[in-house]
Amino acid sequence: MSGIVKNNPTFVLVLGMCPTLGTTTSAENGMGMGLATMAVLIMSNLVISLVKNIIPDKVRIPAFIVIIASFVTIIQMLMQAFVPALYASLGVFIPLIVVNCIILGRAEAFASKNSAFDSVLDGIGIGLGFTLSLTVIGAVREILGSGSFFGLSLGISDFTPLIFVLAPGAFLVLGYLMVLFNKLAKR
Amino acid sequence: MTAVLFGITLIASAGVGVVNMITLEPIAQAELAAKTEALNGVLPAFDETLSDELTIDDMIVTVHTASLDGMTVGYAVEAISKQGFGGPVSLMVGFTPAGEVINVNVLKQTETPGLGTKMADEGNPLINSIKGQQLEQKKLVGGKLAVTKDGGDVDALTAATISSRAYVDAINRAWMAFKSVSTGEMPADTASGATRTSEPEAQEGGQNE
Repeated sequence: MSGIVKNNPTFVLVLGMCPTLGTTTSAENGMGMGLATMAVLIMSNLVISLVKNIIPDKVRIPAFIVIIASFVTIIQMLMQAFVPALYASLGVFIPLIVVNCIILGRAEAFASKNSAFDSVLDGIGIGLGFTLSLTVIGAVREILGSGSFFGLSLGISDFTPLIFVLAPGAFLVLGYLMVLFNKLAKR
Repeated sequence: MTAVLFGITLIASAGVGVVNMITLEPIAQAELAAKTEALNGVLPAFDETLSDELTIDDMIVTVHTASLDGMTVGYAVEAISKQGFGGPVSLMVGFTPAGEVINVNVLKQTETPGLGTKMADEGNPLINSIKGQQLEQKKLVGGKLAVTKDGGDVDALTAATISSRAYVDAINRAWMAFKSVSTGEMPADTASGATRTSEPEAQEGGQNE
């Protein structure tokens, strides 16, 4: 469970910045993205740890990519079928989970060296850390930028600077949260 | 080595294929449900719809003429704009037979989350600028609706001018299609011409289908 604090993928490892900055315009989008990534991460960690011994070293990266891409496609189709609204709002970032370096990073650094059980736990830990981070960033940006929380208006939307929903706001919020997180985590 | 990679790819594609078969039906249903909901959202009560396909600016525009007990109660027009920020923007626009905009439903868009995606929200500036109004009476630029930045009087979404232009572009195309279907004739002022694909003897036969 070190993925939530000590090895938090967003605030400590600083991995997967593309979806982190791109999808966290609201708490709901951040959480949806985090959960989708977590699902892919758990499944790909499981499968990669199971097949690690039969994959020759030279082709392990292509093999991992194929496994990851398949799970992303599956998640994409499932989301399109059962949560079309979230699928529509996340748009292109769902297929882009394939190139999220957290997933390939964990496959290479953890799943290819450890047992299936440990790899699933690692996927859950890192996935939860990623989901929580994205939800927090999304919530902060949504509250500051559009004056709402999980789509519920807080009645302050007249005073909220739009910049927090835009790209510069993503960097600002991420930077300050990273400082705060590491200060608290060091205690 | 090659064999292992081949095996993995084979298993992976089989897995994706199976999930595709499972989700094909729900995806189609979700899309159909979204379409029915879109029709209900932009039209008064109806019991029958008749669809016409037109080609305007080389893009297909579908006009659903809704009727209740044989009387035409409204038109729902599906139109696409290619000018979106993140891809095509597809709208369903409802018109009364008199030409008032009943409502607009965003069918498909891939705009920036939190900015352009607001075009699909209830009561956003775009829809508020045209809902319940005759488009003829808006401030037109070259016979078309336009956002305030381009000299018209449609309020754009904050920080999403390109998305707003795409929205207005799709509305214009829907409006053109509505005019040609509701009056039963082709608009004279369209340079590209509109072809009614349901009629084989349309003026520009080459553009059929």
